[in-house]
Amino acid sequence: MNFLTDAIAWISNPALHEGANSLTARIGEHLGYTFGAVLIGALIAIPLGILVGHTRRGAGIAVTFTGGLRALPSLGVLILIALSVGIGFQAPLATFVIMAIPPLLSGTYAGIHAVNPATVDAARAMGMTPLQVIFQVEFPLALPLVMAGVRSAILQVVATATLAAYVSGGALGVYIFSALARRDYTQMLAASLIVIALAFALEGLFALLQRLARPHGTVVLPVK
Amino acid sequence: MDWLAKNWELVINLSWVHIGLSILPVVVGLAVALPLGWVAFRYKRVGRFLVPASGLLYTIPSLPLFIALPVVLGTSILDPANLVVGLTIYAVALLVRQIVDALASVSQDVRQASVAMGYSSWQRFWRVDLPLAGPVLLSGLRVVAVSTVSLVSIGSVIGVTSLGYLFLNGFKRGIPAEVFTGVVATVIIAFLFDGALVLIGRFAMPWKRKVTS
Amino acid sequence: MIEFRSVSKRYEEGALAVAEVNLAIAPRAVTVLVGPSGCGKTTLLRMINRMVDPTSGQVLIDDVDVATRNPVQLRRSIGYVMQNSGLMPHRTVLDNVTTVPILQGVSRTQARARGMELLATVGLDASLAKRYPGQLSGGQQQRVGVARGLAADPNILLMDEPFGAVDPIVRRELQTELARIQSELAKTIVFVTHDIDEAFLLGDQVVILREGGHVAQMGTPTELLANPVDDFVADFIGRGDESKHLRITERNGTRLVVDQRGRVAGVLAAPEQAAEPHPSKREGGAWTG
Repeated sequence: MNFLTDAIAWISNPALHEGANSLTARIGEHLGYTFGAVLIGALIAIPLGILVGHTRRGAGIAVTFTGGLRALPSLGVLILIALSVGIGFQAPLATFVIMAIPPLLSGTYAGIHAVNPATVDAARAMGMTPLQVIFQVEFPLALPLVMAGVRSAILQVVATATLAAYVSGGALGVYIFSALARRDYTQMLAASLIVIALAFALEGLFALLQRLARPHGTVVLPVK
Repeated sequence: MDWLAKNWELVINLSWVHIGLSILPVVVGLAVALPLGWVAFRYKRVGRFLVPASGLLYTIPSLPLFIALPVVLGTSILDPANLVVGLTIYAVALLVRQIVDALASVSQDVRQASVAMGYSSWQRFWRVDLPLAGPVLLSGLRVVAVSTVSLVSIGSVIGVTSLGYLFLNGFKRGIPAEVFTGVVATVIIAFLFDGALVLIGRFAMPWKRKVTS
Repeated sequence: MIEFRSVSKRYEEGALAVAEVNLAIAPRAVTVLVGPSGCGKTTLLRMINRMVDPTSGQVLIDDVDVATRNPVQLRRSIGYVMQNSGLMPHRTVLDNVTTVPILQGVSRTQARARGMELLATVGLDASLAKRYPGQLSGGQQQRVGVARGLAADPNILLMDEPFGAVDPIVRRELQTELARIQSELAKTIVFVTHDIDEAFLLGDQVVILREGGHVAQMGTPTELLANPVDDFVADFIGRGDESKHLRITERNGTRLVVDQRGRVAGVLAAPEQAAEPHPSKREGGAWTG
């Protein structure tokens, strides 16, 4: 347990909390990557998922596409992009957007697809335009699964954002990689614990948001 | 492609190492998750605790997990066991929920019928529940396999050699072809794993095959 | 009046769902399309509000080809009630009922007032207005479906097996209720079912369809029972069914109606009781005992 007390001592060192490179600033960078990448990913993936789910076309392509993206090793992609655009924040951000897209796309697609076709049929029969069907019926009913996608995208990026420091992109990984170079296990562990705590906090927050996204009246979610 | 022509032996060797490091967590993960998932399904009160708890394990980011494990395991930081145990934890975390869902997907009518025909609960699990839960279980296993293959390379950061070596080495020496080769090799291995699982599924679950007439 | 002029529909898979159908559907009456599954009855119904477009031929409402009308506007002007109600699970009962008027731009307050009236019309308590569909019984959901279909006060109401998914007792209740509503509102109702008893109970006109989308025969229930054109129709309406061959017999001083095997089908009503019920129920009564 010595490691743990050392790690806590490292975190509570006042020097860590001062200046431009303070722990708070690093957490800010980490969260910036997380929300930035998920936001950009959502702007790409949610409309695409709505399109695939609504038209019920191209589902096969979407599944293969997301499967392919999931198979990509994040570290390799990050380094490959960094070698072409240079070190800094751009390469990590681009990588994290790529990581965020599969859960967002498949969550949105699955959510729209799971809406009872009879409900959609009824909406059309009443004279809703395609856009009204999407925004008044399909999307609200899909929201819980869309939020599940957002939640797992957040989780994915908050975990991967540690790697940004490998290409001088800042965030909490800075402490881990500098400690790896110096073989300073205390700092490695302390920084790791902070990242884990951050991931748990975001997970809790989004679990709550996902619950709030459930439309009234849908007691049990249609999953299959 | 010059780089690959000169270094193909290295790539093949690293691929084998990568495959070895990937198989173990998936197999051990399934073996651990199966009884846990069954207990969580059979005893709902346990499941209410076990399923969210396993989900929480999955939220732990990989690199920090590999770094924190030596404290728990008493291993050295450079020990490949940290990587294998870490990936096994992820596999278990994903599979417990999936097994509960898979068992829940078995038709209640079929289950009732098998009880009525006189299956013991042990027989029922192996001959009715597990085979019929197979398709949902398989889809979970495929996700686990693909994510395990892609996560193995993170281990290279803490000194566990795999295809990830090509990423770090390629970055240090500024050779995009080396990094690219590593990415492609990882994706190919992931697809091979996935394809193998699909084939196993088709072989083990002939009733799911589409009849072409 | 709704008119089908040599209408055919071939789906992409190649099967002919509707073959050269000519039909004139009378206004302010209930026309029932009935037939076995695969006879194209739902396809015909859905051509009226352009949920399906015919491959050839024309569908006209009051002499205007529906193909010339904007489908969205057309659908808003026609009520539609379907099996399993198709209610929006995330909207309250009242919000479901007021959907179409609000789409048409009626003010929310006005639409809500009208919605509450409609709930009363279909026999639902006002206290249910704030519930979600998932909190209602199947029969109540179906009543909400009917109220929603009537919300924009359409001249035409399309009903696609609306009572198919509820249990027999509730179904009978809903059928009676629909007959009552129709006697007050006199809409042009096109009603699809596979249940011949329901067709005879509700229909002023009954169209019997056979597989492949052909009209086998059309007429009032009496005409169909008296003169089925062929074996298919005779069979479908149950002429061959011995439980429908009834005769009168007297037991212990009561006049009973019994079938060919001697099983009691009902009690013969005294003449004054049988006098002129609602027209749509006239024929049905004699058959269902």
